[in-house]
Amino acid sequence: MATSSTDVPIGPSTPALEDPSAQLTTEDRVGLLRAMLLMRAIEERAMNLYRQGKVPGSFYDGFGQEAVSVGATWAMAAADRLCVLHRDLGAHIVRGVQPAAILSQYMGRAAGITNGRDGNVHFGDLRTGCVGMVSMLPDMMLVAAGMAMAFKLRGEQRCALTWFGDGSTSRGDFHEAMNWAGVQQLPVIFILENNQFAYSTPIKQQFAVNPVERAAAYGFPGVSVDGNDAEAMFEATRLARERAISGGGPTLIEAVTMRMHGHGAHDDMKYVPKALVEEWRQKDPIDRQSARLKELGVDVEALRQEVRAEVDAAAKKALAGPMPDPATATDRLFHPREAQEILLEDGAAPWSGFGS
Amino acid sequence: MSEMTYLRAISDGLRTEMRNDERVLLMGEDIGVYGGAFKVTDGFIEEFGADRVMDTPLAESGIVGTAVGAAVVGLRPVCEMQFADFVSCGFDQIVNVAGKMLYRQGLPVNITVRLPSGGGFSGGPFHSQNPEAWFMHSPGLKVVAPSTAEDAKGMIIASIRDPNPVIYMEHKNLYRRVKGEVPEGSYETPFKARVAREGDDLVVIAYGAMVHTALEATADLDGASIMVLDLRSLVPLDEQAILGAVQRCSKVVVVDEANYTCAAGAQVAALIAERAFEDLDGPVLRVASPDVPIPFSPPLEAAVLPSVERVREACRQLLEY
Repeated sequence: MATSSTDVPIGPSTPALEDPSAQLTTEDRVGLLRAMLLMRAIEERAMNLYRQGKVPGSFYDGFGQEAVSVGATWAMAAADRLCVLHRDLGAHIVRGVQPAAILSQYMGRAAGITNGRDGNVHFGDLRTGCVGMVSMLPDMMLVAAGMAMAFKLRGEQRCALTWFGDGSTSRGDFHEAMNWAGVQQLPVIFILENNQFAYSTPIKQQFAVNPVERAAAYGFPGVSVDGNDAEAMFEATRLARERAISGGGPTLIEAVTMRMHGHGAHDDMKYVPKALVEEWRQKDPIDRQSARLKELGVDVEALRQEVRAEVDAAAKKALAGPMPDPATATDRLFHPREAQEILLEDGAAPWSGFGS
Repeated sequence: MSEMTYLRAISDGLRTEMRNDERVLLMGEDIGVYGGAFKVTDGFIEEFGADRVMDTPLAESGIVGTAVGAAVVGLRPVCEMQFADFVSCGFDQIVNVAGKMLYRQGLPVNITVRLPSGGGFSGGPFHSQNPEAWFMHSPGLKVVAPSTAEDAKGMIIASIRDPNPVIYMEHKNLYRRVKGEVPEGSYETPFKARVAREGDDLVVIAYGAMVHTALEATADLDGASIMVLDLRSLVPLDEQAILGAVQRCSKVVVVDEANYTCAAGAQVAALIAERAFEDLDGPVLRVASPDVPIPFSPPLEAAVLPSVERVREACRQLLEY
């Protein structure tokens, strides 16, 4: 059962999930760990590159929250579409974005996903069915609802998913998207990534009632899930997706987790009690998944080394890539009429349940 | 060809493109069963059904944001803001999500946002605004403002077919006042300026409803030969047509119905100052609404909106320069 470490009571409605392992092969469970390890290794490398002055601006990571994006994305089909938030690098990894492209993105290099036009995790690779976030939160809830609306209007068995934080629940677009999705019963999954703080603001100053309870008021279920358990995240998302594509409408999933680093690399996070960080360190999602796999006899250390080598190679490649040509700064503002139509394309969907 | 009002021409354009392309859907408040606050979509729900003529919740950010989502997976949404004024509630989704998507990640956003704009009928501060300059200042958005029935139809079709976000300004004071011959079937009006009247002594540069104000003001002005240039498109701005008109006439009056500061006309004046200084035979004069909200009471509103008389006065002043 998920618990909150702050003063706001946690959502009431965590249903007993079926045993997730019934849906996951050993290969799936290794895949979940591998994606989380990759996310952490890429972000740790990026943090070093930031300290070396090679990542401009600041740097924002999802340390300790890897299970939220990796677990949820594992349940999504190739034709589904995602709007990814800044602590959810794992979604891009599962959908097939290459580590070198991610590190190039952080460093503002030409080979980054946005070719240097936007920084850090402000990206979506259209070849993986993902739309990049904007900094105004939670704008992407409406974009995801719109994608789901198109799927429903065309009678397609597809689903859209987006993440947003606890702070986002205070803005109007949260209400507009929840209401719209409820009115039209859209095949959309909203994942509220409750990491206890919006920059320095704790959730008790953000809302009086846990937002997961609001879902019922909009006409669809809200569930709270242990956001530090990749398999629980997978299972909750799988069930929400089942509901969505069978016409059951939206689901709000609250992923209860903790932001273990500052808002950005520049933030020393002194407003967070040390004991709270320590408490959550014991619930690290990678440690948890590693322990499961060790019990199954998987060589986790070998996997870690493999991931480390992959990120080393990716960093080398990214560092060797050029910065963008200043002459391109004003390009691609408008899409030419005569050019081919560009739409989001399908992404990788590694879950064994899709039969791949 | 058949004669129809500006309003009917917009309807005709929407209907034509909906018949032509099943990806096109209309989204807005009260546009379906009721047919829209101004009846632009009257009868549409009967022909196209409630899925394609969607009555949405009262949520402008929601309308634009969901339209963006629908567009990037293959639909062609046309959003109606019930009044242009209400677009302030959808501003963020237009400016930050739609306008920057292609530049940032190579994903075009094919949406059209219709803004029934302008004053002249005691709409007051929240039903009379001309917010086009907000969007001119935001990269990645096209902004068009037809003034005739023929262009209203051709430009709504061209906006829907344009793969980029297009802000389509439709002036409410033209809806039933302006009529014209409109070609049958499907055609596009290019996003370029149009000479509304030829002339040599002075050019009045305007768009939207102010084109008609300019034409009326200069129809018979002490025998002077006055050109009226209808911009039609504000982004892209037809710089060649503007500079050509200055070269030909040497004297320029720029008219906006919008508030004076940083209006579309200010950009036109700046362009002329930068690129056509040597062609001028007098200062560029501007006529616009003063920088106040558009007031409700008729004498106050009339004191604010640019009138035929104010445009005539500016032209006379410049002709005598």
